[in-house]
Amino acid sequence: MPGFDFSNYNRNAALHARGVPLPKATSTGTTIVGCIYDKGVVIAADTRATSGPIVADKNCEKLHYIAPKIWCAGAGTAADTEFTTALISSNVELHSLSTGRDPRVITCMTMLKQHLFRYQGHIGAYLVVAGVDPTGTGLYTVHAHGSTDKLPYVTMGSGSLAAMSVFESTWQPDLDRDGAVSLCAEAIKAGIFNDLGSGSNVDVCVIEKDKPTQLLRNYEKPNERGTKERNYRFPRGTTAVLNERVINKEDMKKYVTIENLSGDTNLAENMEVDS
Amino acid sequence: MTSIMGHPAGGEGIGYSFSQPTAANVKQHGFYPYTDNGGSTLGITGSDFAILAGDTRSTSGYNINSRMVPKVFKIGGEDETGEGAQIVLSVVGFAADGDALRERLDAMVKMYKYKHGKPMSVSACAQRLSTILYEKRFFPYYVHAILGGLDEEGKGALYSYDPVGSYEREQCRAAGAAASLIMPFLDNQVNFKNQYIPGSGEGHALEAKKAEPLPQATVEALVRDAFSSAVERHIEVGDHLQVMIITRAGIQEVFHPLKKD
Repeated sequence: MPGFDFSNYNRNAALHARGVPLPKATSTGTTIVGCIYDKGVVIAADTRATSGPIVADKNCEKLHYIAPKIWCAGAGTAADTEFTTALISSNVELHSLSTGRDPRVITCMTMLKQHLFRYQGHIGAYLVVAGVDPTGTGLYTVHAHGSTDKLPYVTMGSGSLAAMSVFESTWQPDLDRDGAVSLCAEAIKAGIFNDLGSGSNVDVCVIEKDKPTQLLRNYEKPNERGTKERNYRFPRGTTAVLNERVINKEDMKKYVTIENLSGDTNLAENMEVDS
Repeated sequence: MTSIMGHPAGGEGIGYSFSQPTAANVKQHGFYPYTDNGGSTLGITGSDFAILAGDTRSTSGYNINSRMVPKVFKIGGEDETGEGAQIVLSVVGFAADGDALRERLDAMVKMYKYKHGKPMSVSACAQRLSTILYEKRFFPYYVHAILGGLDEEGKGALYSYDPVGSYEREQCRAAGAAASLIMPFLDNQVNFKNQYIPGSGEGHALEAKKAEPLPQATVEALVRDAFSSAVERHIEVGDHLQVMIITRAGIQEVFHPLKKD
């Protein structure tokens, strides 16, 4: 039987009833939005990931790929949005291959809701699904329990009220591409500044018929980190060295296989770090 | 009848060490008089000054109540502007209790001056604040207070408190939501913890870098750096930084901008 392993469920429920707290998963705070316009659809997200009151990631990606012309914005438990969209992306591609047609947004939305409903809300994924297909543009929200909505503009996550206030006050039915993009960015910024669960940058994804999908990563960066006033470099020798032992490459070969690389620094992906 | 196994009798299942007896079918009513308004405060002293600082964000849950609610107050001033005060109090935690506590201590210090014809010393004020807090031992002011000023010798004085009045004079202290982020930074940069003098010995024999009072400009920069870093990693800290600098010349109050996300 594929899927989750529930064998520890009863044990955990018993422990929980006796006062043992549940482990904490990352991120429920997020602002994600979507908005359709005359020729396509735009989705956007903030880039803050939290663990309780602590910022776990200042520039994470909440826009997920499903198909070339179907993308998904995710709020809720970080791991659940990541794995659910990856799974549905695979199934959508297999479905597209077997039917020989481009995948439809409604198909993807149905697969997501059926998957989430089966897990009765235990998979904490709250999604905005958007894309264009042969039937036109599609924009949906999918809740963790499996309910869905189809609307011209949508918001989700802890910043959804702040974002929706922007849509409800300034949305118009005849938006063009640039109008939709800036409206979504404004809605995300309302979340970034007024919801503590959201913050940092704005990511935008624009999907239009007969045009390649544009993922505008860090479309706006309204929260750049300032420079420190003092220098925090320590003089060499500040840290006490308690003992020292040198292990050379020849010794290492006894335990692991060593392969020499060309020395090209582009071979490994560089890690993203603060300035 | 007692169980041979040492478990409480009555078929409650396995006696976990953490299990607590629960009264079944009893309707429990709740009264929650406290809320957490987030934010952080910090105080550092020098040879002839004391600095107290705090952010001005007030939160509840994921919401921002206000971006300008100061947490640092002048105590014992002549009017509502705090003119003539020589003592500063910072309170973080439950803002309503913080205000009530400030009001009480302020009235206290004023009464002292009217009665004795001289301003209250910081050490006397510190002892009185401890008493005020312990008076409410079983319904505490839900705050972490820091009191700052200059002692009888003119040196910077800083006292930090727990919610029920236990207090201690210190060189530096961080309190509130981001205390766990700021305090280790202060240990390292103010008291030079975990820093050794390069080349002064081998291994454990290395000579530790000795802490000495820092100049005012350095402390001001440290305070701003501590807060701009706390803002990066704590969601409840932000908006503005309020800094009070207590010297012989009086109390100087400055505001700096912080990130608003």
